[in-house]
Amino acid sequence: MNNDPKHWVARHVAALPKSGIRDFFELVAKMKGQDVISLGVGEPDFVTPWHIRESAIFALERGKTYYTSNLGLIELRREISKYVATHFNVEYRPDDQVIVTVGVSEALDLALRALCNPGDKVMFHQPCYVSYHPSIALTHGVGIAVPTYAKDNFALTAEALRAAWQPGAKVLMLNLPCNPTGGTCSREQLDKIAAFCIEKDLIVLSDEIYSELTFDGVHTSIASLPGMVERTIFLHGFSKAFAMTGWRIGYACGPALLIDAMMKVHQYTMLCASIIAQEAALEALLRGWDDVLRMREQYHRRRDLIVRRFNEVGLKCHSPRGSFYAFPDVTATGLTEKEFAVGLLEKEKVAVVPGIAFGDNGAGHVRACFATSYEQLIVACDRIERFIGGAKGTKA
Amino acid sequence: MNPVLKLLIEGGSLTTGQLAQVAGMTEPEVNQHLEQLKKEKIFLGWRPVLDLSHEAAAGAVVRAVIEVKITPERGGGFNRLASRLARFDEVESCYLMSGGYDLLVFVKGPSLQKVASFVSEKLSTIEGVLSTSTHFMLRCYKDQGFLLDQGDANTSRLNVAP
Ligand SMILES: Cc1ncc(COP(=O)(O)O)c(C=O)c1O
Repeated sequence: MNNDPKHWVARHVAALPKSGIRDFFELVAKMKGQDVISLGVGEPDFVTPWHIRESAIFALERGKTYYTSNLGLIELRREISKYVATHFNVEYRPDDQVIVTVGVSEALDLALRALCNPGDKVMFHQPCYVSYHPSIALTHGVGIAVPTYAKDNFALTAEALRAAWQPGAKVLMLNLPCNPTGGTCSREQLDKIAAFCIEKDLIVLSDEIYSELTFDGVHTSIASLPGMVERTIFLHGFSKAFAMTGWRIGYACGPALLIDAMMKVHQYTMLCASIIAQEAALEALLRGWDDVLRMREQYHRRRDLIVRRFNEVGLKCHSPRGSFYAFPDVTATGLTEKEFAVGLLEKEKVAVVPGIAFGDNGAGHVRACFATSYEQLIVACDRIERFIGGAKGTKA
Repeated sequence: MNPVLKLLIEGGSLTTGQLAQVAGMTEPEVNQHLEQLKKEKIFLGWRPVLDLSHEAAAGAVVRAVIEVKITPERGGGFNRLASRLARFDEVESCYLMSGGYDLLVFVKGPSLQKVASFVSEKLSTIEGVLSTSTHFMLRCYKDQGFLLDQGDANTSRLNVAP
């Protein structure tokens, strides 16, 4: 008899690496009680706008405590359809081309599960959101990382995509604007990427969760480009733009047949997203746009502040066109990204995430989230400046 | 819009140094803007927002809102009388309103008696004041954008997240 629980864990789960973020989380947790300013978060500092919270309370008062249809409340799907048409210029039918999910997280998982046979190849650009590679592994797909580079401000290029492509590649995961780099693509590059997807018959999973937080120019969804709506699953949610991370609510839009395949997985695993969160999301779409604009304006100013300060103190940092992450190059300090992050935390009590947590190409960088008050950001920048002064001093 | 004015309207509590960083200016530039706004009588001054229900401040002030009906005057309308009322130190704010009364006057005083006597002896005896209706404030839940005594802060946000 074998009593060691280890042998019960599925091989592909046991093989998953521990998230680099997790390590760092534990390091920060140890400093509890000390005056740590965290730029290590991945969510807004704003609380969900009150009218949205209040509508959820109202839903409870009215006894909205049941399952919804698998696809989600039809009223919500109608508003999602309108919202996506208005802001992304793509038309989806509420009846069979929209599914409401438990965050973009579930939407990503559903899409991968609906698409991947064991061994199917899934391309994704790196550095990227920490879940991408593990999610592919969990669906028995094979991930192919496409590097993005600091010299391009971490924008994905069609050239890099072509260079990384392998015969049999089936899916391309896109995240523009990108967590952790804030990278986006120029319209020209996006056109080329779309053409490449058509040429190689790739289906695109487009995670546009940060799209509302685009500060310069307008966001273009790859789904809106000619010939792409047929081969794109558009993933979006409420976590970032509406400051609703804890509600766990998102959605996917795409060709009816693919949404139906995702719905099959969803109905047997999740059944439906929480009705309370769905009601809140409905309110967000009906009356929340002003809040989005108000928050975006704050993030915009904070971005300008932190990017300016980073560059002033000698950390080369491109201005992220979108998202709430700055991704400065810390190599000028003579430290690796890990040494920088750990040193900064221990000496100056500012938490940033080492770029390597988001993939090999994140080496030499750290992710600093600027979804934090001006006052805190300014103090954090002052501390980083002092830390760099000290770090340089010891090296010299 | 003037970026400094915009930040002031948003109502944060930034120092001039912080305003400078947020607006991407130098501190002297921010001060220059502030001086200009003062000159133009747009920026009138700073005031602290206090939770006066707090023990440390207990009993310091009593506040009331008074609805005032007045007779408009030929030539001046409500303005002359309104600014006359507004000059009293007890008056914190004074607005001309649409609807059932003309002026809404916020007053404060060291005690209920003081406020009451201000209303009965000064305010209501001014020529042109037709009637007053005084409402004492019992408890404050939100003042000028600040929630009082409610742990709304997102202290539960994780320090590191994906
Ligand atoms: C790129 C990206 N996709 C998806 C998610 C997860 O979003 P949700 O809260 O909708 O599950 C995040 C959250 O950090 C993210 O950064």
